[in-house]
Amino acid sequence: MPQTVLLVGTRKGCFLVTSDDRRDWEVRGPFCEGWPIYHAVFDESTGTIYAAGASEWHGTTIWRSPDLGETWEQSSEGLAYEDDGRKLTKVSGLTIRDGRILAGAEPAGIFESADGGRTWSLLTRLEGLPGRPEWDEPSNQPPGHLGLPAILPHPSEDDRFWAVVQGIGIFETTDGGSSWTPRNRGLRADWPREHEEIGFCVHKLVLAADGERMYQQNHCGMHRSDDAGKSWTEITEGLPTDFGFAAAAHPHDRDTFYVVPLDPGHGRCMPDGKAAVWRTRDAGETWQRLDRGLPQRDAHLGVLREGMAIDRLADPGLYFGTSTGQVFTSADEGETWTEAAGYLPGIHSVEVAVLD
Amino acid sequence: MAHLRLPPTLQPLFAGLPRRLDVDAPTVAAALEQLDERWPGLQDRLCHRGPELRMHIHVYVDGRRADLDAPIGDTSRVDVIAAISGG
Repeated sequence: MPQTVLLVGTRKGCFLVTSDDRRDWEVRGPFCEGWPIYHAVFDESTGTIYAAGASEWHGTTIWRSPDLGETWEQSSEGLAYEDDGRKLTKVSGLTIRDGRILAGAEPAGIFESADGGRTWSLLTRLEGLPGRPEWDEPSNQPPGHLGLPAILPHPSEDDRFWAVVQGIGIFETTDGGSSWTPRNRGLRADWPREHEEIGFCVHKLVLAADGERMYQQNHCGMHRSDDAGKSWTEITEGLPTDFGFAAAAHPHDRDTFYVVPLDPGHGRCMPDGKAAVWRTRDAGETWQRLDRGLPQRDAHLGVLREGMAIDRLADPGLYFGTSTGQVFTSADEGETWTEAAGYLPGIHSVEVAVLD
Repeated sequence: MAHLRLPPTLQPLFAGLPRRLDVDAPTVAAALEQLDERWPGLQDRLCHRGPELRMHIHVYVDGRRADLDAPIGDTSRVDVIAAISGG
């Protein structure tokens, strides 16, 4: 059995949760000097961990470890908006792409590094999108601002990827970020919108096993696209709420998809204090509640947008971390769960690496 | 030489960086630029592009709140403080 490593970004540093059998887990950390880490990823080609951090005192930086957490360095060289004085407040949404690292930023933009995270340069601020001058204006933005928290690469086309802008929607590029097309047709938004193509609150976008189908957890419902985002169909029926953040697509079955429905009010916790992941095996026609091993009493747990991951083994393992510091793991595709860590700082992100 | 004191949160980020050191610079900005030459990236941890001090980084020269343009004397004490907050 290969070693499984969970990369856990928390309010107080990055942690690595490792196992040789996906049942007994060891926690290592905190790393990154206790900085808030919003996303940590593993580069399979180099064996390097990258972790995006933002300190209230010392700004935004991206940490890297070439030896599975033994040593760490950080660099923010080039991580800044030069032209208009806009202050970079956060990076997240790290993506490894064709030898480059891409990082989503707040305010919305994408930075890239071609030298393993030592230096960074601005790839795009998504210029030319519908209504951008209005939604990119700081005085028009809600608390927390509108960042670009996720970049989803196409599995085989290097210059093609999708970017999510908070509260605005999904945009696709096929030329490496030079031009963008909104991909929000069919999504629901329960508020007035000034532009037909934008104004949608996409929480999490994932690509199914076939590289064509997509799923998303939206502020307003669960949605599926069978044409790589060109059109969307809502698949919320059968779920306890239409709200949540985290989602994961099965790596081998295009019809299987996992979500964590949450109370849509200010609490944003799992309903009724009972923890559950929900799964569809038929592309959203029906849903099953998966809660064996998860707490079913007084469990007011939240899971954020990058808080769930699935590995690529033949029988995939599923993992999620909560905003109150628990990590739950399943080695049988969500049928049964165990707690791998119970007392971490609040968790922003969980990613998984399988080391041969 | 002015005497400079740095917040403890910086030492883990830059190998060999002491908490206290002497600098020969006419202003706070020049002092931080000197440090950045020796420990690349340090200025970015204290300042936004511009440069301007980050919101929660305060500088005092001889006990008085100062900005980046503040002059430093030969015997000045310069305290760089990470604001007391968080939890």
